[in-house]
Amino acid sequence: MSRILIVAEHDGAKLNPSTAKCVTCAKQVAGASIDVLVLAADGASVASQAAALAGVGKVLLADNPANAEPLAAVLAPQVAKLAAGYTHVFGPSTTYGKDLMPRVAALLEVGQLSDVMAVDGPHAFKRPIYAGNAVLSVEAPQDAVLVATVRVASFEAAATGGSAAVEKVDAGVPLPTHTRFVSRSGATTGRPDLQSAARVVAGGRALGSADGFKIIYSLADKLGAAVGASRAAVDAGYVPNDLQVGQTGKIIAPELYVAIGISGAIQHMTGIKDARTIVAINKDGEAPIFEVADVGLVGDLFAIVPEFEKALG
Amino acid sequence: MRRIMVGVKRVVDYNVRVRVKPDNTGVITEGVKMSLNPFDEIALEEALRIKERGLADEVLAVSIGPADTQQQLRTALAMGADRAILVQTDAAVAPLPVARIFRQLVDKEQPFLVLLGKQAIDDDNGQAPQMLAALWDRPQAVSCSKIDIADGKATVVREVDAGLETLEVELPAVMSVDLRLNEPRYVKLPDIMKAKKKPLDTMSLGDFGIGEASPFRNVRVEPPPQRTKGIMVKDVGELVETLKKKGLV
Ligand SMILES: Cc1cc2nc3c(=O)[nH]c(=O)nc-3n(C[C@H](O)[C@H](O)[C@H](O)COP(=O)(O)OP(=O)(O)OC[C@H]3O[C@@H](n4cnc5c(N)ncnc54)[C@H](O)[C@@H]3O)c2cc1C
Ligand SMILES: Nc1ncnc2c1ncn2[C@@H]1O[C@H](COP(=O)(O)O)[C@@H](O)[C@H]1O
Repeated sequence: MSRILIVAEHDGAKLNPSTAKCVTCAKQVAGASIDVLVLAADGASVASQAAALAGVGKVLLADNPANAEPLAAVLAPQVAKLAAGYTHVFGPSTTYGKDLMPRVAALLEVGQLSDVMAVDGPHAFKRPIYAGNAVLSVEAPQDAVLVATVRVASFEAAATGGSAAVEKVDAGVPLPTHTRFVSRSGATTGRPDLQSAARVVAGGRALGSADGFKIIYSLADKLGAAVGASRAAVDAGYVPNDLQVGQTGKIIAPELYVAIGISGAIQHMTGIKDARTIVAINKDGEAPIFEVADVGLVGDLFAIVPEFEKALG
Repeated sequence: MRRIMVGVKRVVDYNVRVRVKPDNTGVITEGVKMSLNPFDEIALEEALRIKERGLADEVLAVSIGPADTQQQLRTALAMGADRAILVQTDAAVAPLPVARIFRQLVDKEQPFLVLLGKQAIDDDNGQAPQMLAALWDRPQAVSCSKIDIADGKATVVREVDAGLETLEVELPAVMSVDLRLNEPRYVKLPDIMKAKKKPLDTMSLGDFGIGEASPFRNVRVEPPPQRTKGIMVKDVGELVETLKKKGLV
């Protein structure tokens, strides 16, 4: 039988929605029991949020002052130790999971599957390769623990309503001090989170400046949407890096994605393949984005966007 | 010798529209343009800049791949790497064995820094740097967009979902680089001539005692589900009406 351990992602206070998506992925492994591991400095609240996810059997809580910041070098030896007895160890394919899980796999001397997008069996999975231009079906060995990251855009979040027991654990392994957290800076904007928002309005190079980008924020606020951007817009300094969507940014699956002044390069499209409805606004009728957009409008964004906002009432 | 080791992989050029083979065994690579993995080019550029600032003496480029990878290693040498090692194999080597090979080379070459790409854009794994750091029991800094080296330590800024994170790591360490770290230099013709005389050693997987190229078995490769072309609307009025009908606004 499969015993799956999911490494929870959180910010010390709140469980990240990526964890609930890993639970959904794990549930698709037939007959699996699912436990969640919370590594934190003081994780009681996060653990109780994990315990409320339907389908979770048990929450392991490893409280340790060294776990205050998510340093892969510090967390990985604990996960590797606590993984004993499990058949699978899953983490989200967010920057947190991508940093941590390969380090766990190497400590366990096993390979890792990145970005699992579908479960075909306990040891059979699908994952995207070549920026999503191909899908690989891959089989993992039966006799080794399988470490994987779960592509969060491919799975819905598990519902709440569970009431799993929380068990305090201590890996009891020496932790390195060679890696130290200094600081984190991010735009806490009060807007919906890009990775979990139902609607996203994104702008590209065409916005021309940070000032020009303001009409994107304004439209997003009207729609109650998160703001995204192409790499070109980030590189040009119009918006911070955490807004980037695509192969090297965030992979998202909103109900509605509005791409404004974005050409539709494959590296950008990788990030929005799972969006339910894509709307594209671009002055070039030949822009590749129109090949995949559900609704397209050709024209000058500087005229269209304010008019669009107004038409929404 | 203060040495930086850089991993460079030969991959299908990022501009190529990749197509799946009709027999579903992989993607078509025959007659397709091959390049240095774009992230690795950035890793190499960073190594060269660190050396140019007087903080390193030698930049060693390492690749695991088929014989034709010599082309990419010659490019790396033309960019400014001092020497190169090709671990020659026709097999597709997975990140864990790649990390094991780098681990052994680290013992031999004693670099104070290993710079790798954040991911190889063929398999999109993003694992080898973290795995090497684990096997070596050294710090890792993943997706770096700024690297400062001083006094046996490095301060790095890395790109994370929440924004930017700054870490301080002791050296030696493994770092993987993101696109915004730098813009790689262009190779000039005289450099290509000079590169021909730089040392390029060839080794084999057997030299590292690596038997299996991957712990996993690739079963099938398929094209992704295609999105169908939607409708074009003529103005904002029609756009809003369409979205209202879909229940989206
Ligand atoms: C390894 C690698 C990884 C990458 N990862 C990513 C990634 O994660 N995300 C990403 O986005 N990119 C990524 N890129 C970059 C990608 O290849 C493109 O360069 C980028 O997406 C282009 O951004 P853009 O569409 O904003 O700009 P452009 O391609 O310059 O497009 C601008 C568009 O705006 C339109 N336009 C101009 N003026 C107006 C106007 N007034 N009104 C309406 N429309 C107008 C133009 O017609 C054009 O289509 C990556 C590249 C590489 C090599
Ligand atoms: N075959 C290889 N040869 C040289 N370097 C590699 C190879 N495979 C991976 N790497 C390095 O590890 C990084 C991450 O690769 P991956 O984990 O395969 O996505 C790459 O950007 C390279 O720097």
